[in-house]
Amino acid sequence: MPALSPTMEEGTLAKWLVKEGDTVKAGDVIAEIETDKATMEVEAVDEGVIEAIVVPAGSENVKVNTLIARLKGEGEAASPAPAAAPAVAEAAPAPAPVAAAAPSAGPISAASTFADPEIPEGTPLKKITVRDALRDAMAEEMRRDDRVFLMGEEVAQYQGAYKVSRDLLQEFGDKRVIDTPITEHGFAGLGVGAAMAGLKPIVEFMTWNFAMQAIDQIINSAAKTLYMSGGQIKSSIVFRGPNGAASRVGAQHSQDYAAWYGNVPGLKVVAPYDAADAKGLMKAAIRDPNPIVFLEHEMMYGHEFDIPDVEDWVVPIGKAKIRRQGSDVTLVAYSRMVGFALQAAEELAKEGISAEVVDLRTIRPLDHDTILESVKKTNRLVTVEEGWGPMGVGAEIVARITEFGFDYLDAPPLRVHQEDVPLPYAANLEALSLPSVPKIVKAAKTVCYR
Amino acid sequence: MARARKGEAPAGKADATGVNAFVGKDELLKFYQDMLLIRRFEERAGQLYGMGLIGGFCHLYIGQEAIAVGMQSIKVKGDQIITGYRDHGHMLAAGMDPNEVMAELTGRAGGSSRGKGGSMHMFDVETGFYGGHGIVGAQVSLGTGLALNNHYRGNGNVAFAYFGDGAANQGQVYESFNMAQLWKLPVVYVIENNQYAMGTSVERSASETAFHKRGTSFRIPGEEVDGMDVIAVAEAGARAAEHARSGQGPFILEMKTYRYRGHSMSDPAKYRTKDEVDNVKQTRDPIDHLKERLAKAGVTEDDLKVVDAEVKRIVAEAAEFARTSPEPDPSELYTDVYLEAAQ
Repeated sequence: MPALSPTMEEGTLAKWLVKEGDTVKAGDVIAEIETDKATMEVEAVDEGVIEAIVVPAGSENVKVNTLIARLKGEGEAASPAPAAAPAVAEAAPAPAPVAAAAPSAGPISAASTFADPEIPEGTPLKKITVRDALRDAMAEEMRRDDRVFLMGEEVAQYQGAYKVSRDLLQEFGDKRVIDTPITEHGFAGLGVGAAMAGLKPIVEFMTWNFAMQAIDQIINSAAKTLYMSGGQIKSSIVFRGPNGAASRVGAQHSQDYAAWYGNVPGLKVVAPYDAADAKGLMKAAIRDPNPIVFLEHEMMYGHEFDIPDVEDWVVPIGKAKIRRQGSDVTLVAYSRMVGFALQAAEELAKEGISAEVVDLRTIRPLDHDTILESVKKTNRLVTVEEGWGPMGVGAEIVARITEFGFDYLDAPPLRVHQEDVPLPYAANLEALSLPSVPKIVKAAKTVCYR
Repeated sequence: MARARKGEAPAGKADATGVNAFVGKDELLKFYQDMLLIRRFEERAGQLYGMGLIGGFCHLYIGQEAIAVGMQSIKVKGDQIITGYRDHGHMLAAGMDPNEVMAELTGRAGGSSRGKGGSMHMFDVETGFYGGHGIVGAQVSLGTGLALNNHYRGNGNVAFAYFGDGAANQGQVYESFNMAQLWKLPVVYVIENNQYAMGTSVERSASETAFHKRGTSFRIPGEEVDGMDVIAVAEAGARAAEHARSGQGPFILEMKTYRYRGHSMSDPAKYRTKDEVDNVKQTRDPIDHLKERLAKAGVTEDDLKVVDAEVKRIVAEAAEFARTSPEPDPSELYTDVYLEAAQ
């Protein structure tokens, strides 16, 4: 099973176009594989006879690098099919697919380790991916309010570069699901203008990296105009898309913008971890009368979590969530890093250190009180973020806790963050640069003087 | 004669075909009063700046009055206007209260943004005036978004997005042109070509100085207009608005105009000669030009004196209001940052 995108971990073997005993040449299409983003054709890269089809058509969740067929070359013994080269059946979204060993999405921890106070006992749960949770949230709000519409690159006919807007065009039509040209600066401005006139746009950036082209409209037009107009001009608008590092896509496609937008009064900045928060916060964001920066994570899109199976699941913006209770050290994280922090807490528990994990969920306004209350209990603090350290989210949290909780601290707080370099491409350097479970464990032990 | 007020009917009347006849004496007098109000208001703003009552940036509209006034006359209820930082003239033409505009210039509680916006940031949703934007070119995308709103709602309204010859070189302008024509959005782009982007003449900054042709590669029609002739402006405006309103998409009007003052109050305007400025004032002044038409229409010097006195009174009252309105209460510092979420 070839890796057909930077983040692909598994796929569905939709169809075999050859059968055992067929002779194939390099370049022949031999199978169709469905990833969570697209259906791709796979070509043979060598010639020979299909000796055996190991994974039958229709098989789902076939892991990358799984043997799917054996090809017997001329005059050689049967051998595994050579790595197939993906042929792009539908134009692939940027970043271009990289045929490499599939990366691990990193540690994922499904749920809180204790009863969730937000979910009443006995609430039915269902499994859903973060991707579908976001889609459902948008669809539900579009049904509820006809001022809500989605615009962005490839959101309509292509069904979303990352398939987050799948089926929305079919339900809502092209007036409310609008494919834009590749002009972030322009369409962000159009979105803000439409919001000023009273519509409620959802502006998708294919990734937040591309939104740097549009940052003037996000900050100068969306965030500041309410204030500059003495409260007259409102911009109820959601800017959303994947944020942070995907996998092996290089420095220009791998940046965490939480600190950038978190710096700006007038914006609210949301960064959920699991599907329940992705859905509940997205619905809250669409209803909110202010401009919202909604930071998703590509590596989380495909992960399934339990989500309350209720009619109208809305999670309030501005409230952090204790994901795991502990007494020795507070780990504060957001987005994908919450999974890392939870995994680190597991490791720490094996060494007798009880870590409390705070999921920020919202970067601005920051839920200062929840962090402070946790630190009052544990007296130790480690922050975890995917972005750079200097002037970062962790720096802000540490400043606040030092200011308001100085007497409760038993050790200087530590920050875990991306190394202070543009994210490297090489697999080993990339891994060295990003936060990891061992780095979090090490920081937690340091503040515990262990 | 009362000064322009919110909700007052515009001077000209576009008939159903969009062809206009701006020849009535009353319409001409209304044009005269609206243009004179802008000129006298701006002159007074310049004085208040010199007295230290207005701070920061202050970009005066003197010389360009015919554009804001002429275009305003063909706007219908619900149409929107958006412009850049040279915005006082547009606010007055739109019918905003001169007291509130002047008090915003002085940063007082009685200002239209309660003193929190300043010269470049005033808004009035009631009259369809959406600012007042300080980033060169940003209003073009925003204005196209206002048009997207009209298209989405099918309300039959047109958005008028004003920008200068300088902004016409910004990238997002062309991103917006592309989408506006692609989706047939009801927007009229009004390029106020006053010959200078701050201190850089169009010849030194634009590879194509015929700005009405800037939409050619997007298939957007354009027209060059004498922006010093309020009647020509109104007639061209009516044609462009009809094009946009009838579902044919955007239209570009290049208004050839001239600003008499520097780019802002702090600009000595050394990049052009005094002769050049004087020549425009003597031969192309939009108000003098209109006076000739008024005389032909039978308006007497005495009629004009009545208007002059009324304008003088309005401006004096605005200056007094702006001087005496208190500064915003310190408690205003943290208001209007966020709206309360309903949930």
